[in-house]
Amino acid sequence: MTTIAEAAPGRVGALRAGDDGRPHSLGLLGVAGLLWLALAALILVWPDAQDVERTRALGLLAAGLGVGQLAVWAGRWFSPRLARLGRFAPWLVVLALWLAAWEAATAKLDLLPLPFFPSPQAFVEVYTDDWRRLGDSLLASLWLLVRGFAIGAAIGFAIGVALGWSKRAGYWIHPIMRVIGPLPATAWLPLAFFVFPTSGSASTFLIALATAFPVTVLTWSGVAGVPTAYYDVARTLGATQRFLILKVAIPAALPHVFVGLFMGLGSSFAVLVVAEMLGVKSGLGWYLQWAQGWAAYANMYGALLVMALMCSTLITLLFRLRDRLLAWQKGLVKW
Amino acid sequence: MVALAHKPAVWPEKLAGVSLAVRNIDHGFTLHGDYLPVLEDVSFQVEPGEFVALLGPSGCGKSTLLRLVAGLDRPRRGSLTVDGAEVTGPDPSRVVVFQDPTLYPWRTVWRNASLGLEARGLLKQQRGRVDEALALVGLDKFAKAFPHQLSGGMAQRASLARALVNDPTLLILDEPLGKLDSLTRLTMQGELTRLWQRRGFTVLMVTHDVEEALLLSNRVIVFSDRPARLRADLAVDLSYPRHRDHPELLRLRREALGLLGLAGDW
Repeated sequence: MTTIAEAAPGRVGALRAGDDGRPHSLGLLGVAGLLWLALAALILVWPDAQDVERTRALGLLAAGLGVGQLAVWAGRWFSPRLARLGRFAPWLVVLALWLAAWEAATAKLDLLPLPFFPSPQAFVEVYTDDWRRLGDSLLASLWLLVRGFAIGAAIGFAIGVALGWSKRAGYWIHPIMRVIGPLPATAWLPLAFFVFPTSGSASTFLIALATAFPVTVLTWSGVAGVPTAYYDVARTLGATQRFLILKVAIPAALPHVFVGLFMGLGSSFAVLVVAEMLGVKSGLGWYLQWAQGWAAYANMYGALLVMALMCSTLITLLFRLRDRLLAWQKGLVKW
Repeated sequence: MVALAHKPAVWPEKLAGVSLAVRNIDHGFTLHGDYLPVLEDVSFQVEPGEFVALLGPSGCGKSTLLRLVAGLDRPRRGSLTVDGAEVTGPDPSRVVVFQDPTLYPWRTVWRNASLGLEARGLLKQQRGRVDEALALVGLDKFAKAFPHQLSGGMAQRASLARALVNDPTLLILDEPLGKLDSLTRLTMQGELTRLWQRRGFTVLMVTHDVEEALLLSNRVIVFSDRPARLRADLAVDLSYPRHRDHPELLRLRREALGLLGLAGDW
């Protein structure tokens, strides 16, 4: 008799992956491992048509990844944790095929024009030969971003709470927010670089500004939207103003605050890159600009990848923080 | 008080409650520039430990009166005194249980119940009281649950526990059972009278359910439609637990319904 699992293996396999940790795509992981080994052979055996270095390093890297996938495939019976890695198999197959095509079209057959389309080897070369400068740039960007974001988030949160809580604060701050808030932070760039003593402090200011606006607006609407019944309850139980703000208004507004933080983080990325490209003499934005000046496109792509990883890691960290603080929402909203 | 003195079975075992005097209260709201009177010359007296129900048509201003007693709003005219002292603001000895449980969704049941102690900085010394109150309403096993995991009846019990933790001398109930299903409602009615008899606090309860008012309270104060004025003050001299088929209760029910203008329909 044909079971549902046999009739629709893909679907049921995907469903089952979470249950017993032994997804159907594990077989595919073996295929992926073999494909990566084949890719390694293609890189190492086929002579380069382009004048590239690091072919050996790239080939060994592909071989190592292939062996690793085969090891996971073989070890799946011993460890459910390893078996769970099977879900990456389809991606690994596609990546191997794509890398093979890329390698063939660039280094091996020289079909795509240089320097705009560097080979995978050139990519590897960026990380093996220029990792120090790239690492410094990453640290510089991270430090600038974290500093600006933290300042902006703190100030935005404080202003948002004040706006939501106090009529007088609303009277004075609201018009300023209405006029200046929607202005993109980058519009302040020329002024900021002129007013602030260093380009670093100017960029910190701009990033803080870009972060503060969405955080302020969302915190404000969050605090203003707290049901008055919540305050009535706390007041009849003897709550002070301080308690009402810290233990009622802020926790109730927190889901909104996080929306603001996510928006603020997004716009802070944009301002970071622009500021680094236009004024700051360090960081990934500066590296991009510098690489482009030397027509070092491989370096540019390499820096873009690092930047993408940095941004997605920061977003992930913020998600983790939200999941910790707002765990109570899990049963209330679609998570 | 005098009328009830010869019926000790009706009263709580011990009297821990306060007296409440409502004198010549006028109150209203401004709606689109017009003044809308809600309460007109309302006066009554509640004795310590008494269970008084305020009955009236929906939207007549009963809940407004409760907010004044709780100290959440100040009346336009007239005076409210608790044990002779003027009510000037909210106080944890006068706790309100609202129609909606209004539990904080980000706090567990235990942390919701402990709110009053935390607000007054007493939580560290009196943690045991929270456990006691939760056990009293039968929620001790759900202390770690979040409000969205509770049924309507359980949530209302949790809000009752949150009130009881503060050892109220005047419990203010604003249609506390109004949104519960009829079965849960019946059990909660029984629990409420038992609690009141054991603790001896004074209770002021708003309801628009005639039967509920008669089953639970010593006295039923009937209000007219808005602006609310005192229509009648009915004494319910029956011992607890009461039976809803008791002839005296049925008679009072007819009387109360008549006062609410529904005699012809029943």
